[in-house]
Amino acid sequence: MSALFLQQVLNGLLDGVYYLLIALGLSLIFSLGGIVNLAHGAFYAIGAYLTVVLARFIDFGGALVVAPVGVALIGIVIERFLFRRFYREDPILSLLLTFGLALVAEQTLRIIFGAPPLSFAIPQALRGQVFIGDFIYSFYRTILLAIAVGCIVGLWFLLHRTAFGRVVRAGVQNPDMVGALGISLEPYMAAVAGLGIGLAGLAGVLLAPIYSIHPAMGQEIITPAFVVVVIGGLGSFWGVVVAALLVGLAKGLMVAAGYAQFSTAAIYGLMLLVLLFRPRGLFGERIQRFE
Amino acid sequence: MIHSTRISRRGTLKSAAALTALGTLCFPAISRAQADTVKIGHLTPRTGFLGPLGEYAVMAADLAVEEINARGGVLGRKIDLIKEDSVNPQTASVKAERLIERDKVACIVGEISSAACLTIAQVAQRTKNLYVNTGGNSDALRGSNCNKYMFHVESQNSMYVKTVGRSLLANNLVKDKKWYSLTADYAFGHDLLRVAKRFMEGNGGQFAADELVPTDVADFSAFLLKIRNAKPDLVVSNLAGNQITNFLKQYSEFGLTFPVAGFGFDTAVAWGAGKGNFFGIWPLVWHHLIDTPGSKAFVAAFTKKYGKPPENQAWGDYISMHIIAKSMNDIKSIEAVKLIEHWEKGAKFDLLKTREGYFRAYDHQLMHEMYAVEALKANELKNQWDIYKPSPPVPGPNEPLEAIAATPEENACKMSA
Repeated sequence: MSALFLQQVLNGLLDGVYYLLIALGLSLIFSLGGIVNLAHGAFYAIGAYLTVVLARFIDFGGALVVAPVGVALIGIVIERFLFRRFYREDPILSLLLTFGLALVAEQTLRIIFGAPPLSFAIPQALRGQVFIGDFIYSFYRTILLAIAVGCIVGLWFLLHRTAFGRVVRAGVQNPDMVGALGISLEPYMAAVAGLGIGLAGLAGVLLAPIYSIHPAMGQEIITPAFVVVVIGGLGSFWGVVVAALLVGLAKGLMVAAGYAQFSTAAIYGLMLLVLLFRPRGLFGERIQRFE
Repeated sequence: MIHSTRISRRGTLKSAAALTALGTLCFPAISRAQADTVKIGHLTPRTGFLGPLGEYAVMAADLAVEEINARGGVLGRKIDLIKEDSVNPQTASVKAERLIERDKVACIVGEISSAACLTIAQVAQRTKNLYVNTGGNSDALRGSNCNKYMFHVESQNSMYVKTVGRSLLANNLVKDKKWYSLTADYAFGHDLLRVAKRFMEGNGGQFAADELVPTDVADFSAFLLKIRNAKPDLVVSNLAGNQITNFLKQYSEFGLTFPVAGFGFDTAVAWGAGKGNFFGIWPLVWHHLIDTPGSKAFVAAFTKKYGKPPENQAWGDYISMHIIAKSMNDIKSIEAVKLIEHWEKGAKFDLLKTREGYFRAYDHQLMHEMYAVEALKANELKNQWDIYKPSPPVPGPNEPLEAIAATPEENACKMSA
């Protein structure tokens, strides 16, 4: 295996981690509330725009903390006043709602900031490259990766090692039973929406220095993230993780092999394959209400 | 309290797919046209990866119409500009038809995507209406797909390649050099790659590799690793729109130092890259630093209205509106056939540059001066807008304007009536 190929494999896997930040929230909100949040990409875009605005006052480091929290708060408000009305409705209604939200958010960004991309660069202190032998990687991306992995591990602990997580996971499996036990899922749902949407906001902050910041940037990331959720399977944390890495890898390897033009198509091919053999996704659990 | 409604995964996926499809359609524009106006349709992408450029096009078209109407309009009538987001080639075609059949526009102006230019041109030809292309570059539009009802204010890819090509030759980056090119994977990119290859091979260069990049790719890291490994003498961008911003940002992120040149470019995407993320040699049809009274007045009026200077796409739509209005006034007619006849006869226009321009009769391409710009280093920047050092006009004052355009042999056009 050549060094370049190995680099491409690693780079593809790391690429998948960005999708993961978006896909985990998407999956959580879908699993618990049955809402396919088509506006998830919009929150990613809002995170990036907030970063550009905030960085003028509190630097990138400050924006890294404040922007995701701001986006999470927007998420909680939207859950409280919009999502909550649709948990019991036909899913087509919540699809329409979140689709509309995505359009409104994108157009709002366009009205406020204009359609041309906003100028933003990696802070001076985080520039440079890391060399390990012949392997090269951007220093900024190592920081990005560390933060993203930290968040993902934190989320896992929250979901699998705390009382909060137990209720959320029970809610995914059987919300009626949770209700019968006298636990109201409403505050949990708000927290999950805040968490999931906050993670999308965080992805926006982290990618703002290296991606073009434009109103439709959310659309670029929502489709692969959606594919990740489908491949990973509902209700499975690790399913989403593995799927995100696979999607990153599939894209990266297509480029590495010289078939860059098929790199986007490759992830749909992967989805097709997985659904053919495992209709619930790689590690999807059997969830009564989704069957 | 969350109750378990029965939601089928399949149903949800289907609905999601349907909604995504819905998103590619768009909302009808509200036209408030009056009978005593001359209606002109403006179609350009305002969303998607070319949206940032479309925004400049719309701002500039609005400004031009404002100026034209303030000076008395066209044949004593005001221009009523009906603007639409062209979205994609299919939607562009539907909207072009609607503008012509329902709104009865005198002509259609605009577009950036070469693929959408083609579908609009087909509608124009079928309905015998005039279409002025302000942003589609592909040579094929002026060659195999040329038609009598389409005129091109935007330069063709050959003109872009030959303009930058001169700078590359001067910098000794062509003969016996290895190029690594990244190309936008749609009509424009394919066409540009073909033209770029012709130039490179004609001048003794060769490809280390050429890659097709899907238009929705935001991450270039995999490409950058390959480029680093290939050690080319020159990295060539045949990318478009937001792709260029992403490429510029990540190229400097990975610290690659191979010289960069592009064969297609818009200033807005470099303005959006961020400080220290712009480098290389790029071609432009127009830039805001041109030292002529016309360009200065345009920059001043645009900056006053919108708070930022215009970029090249703005010039295309601005000058097109002025060319159309002036021609209509000159020939005292708004009829497409009369305008086509007038332009094919070689009418000359002030293009805010040092020389006047004209439409070449054989392929309807506007003959005009172009520019190669070289990025300034971060420490040479005086402000956020003046990010490059422009070349003198190409071709030079002693050459014919056609010197940089594709020859009929390179790009044959058989104009069908």
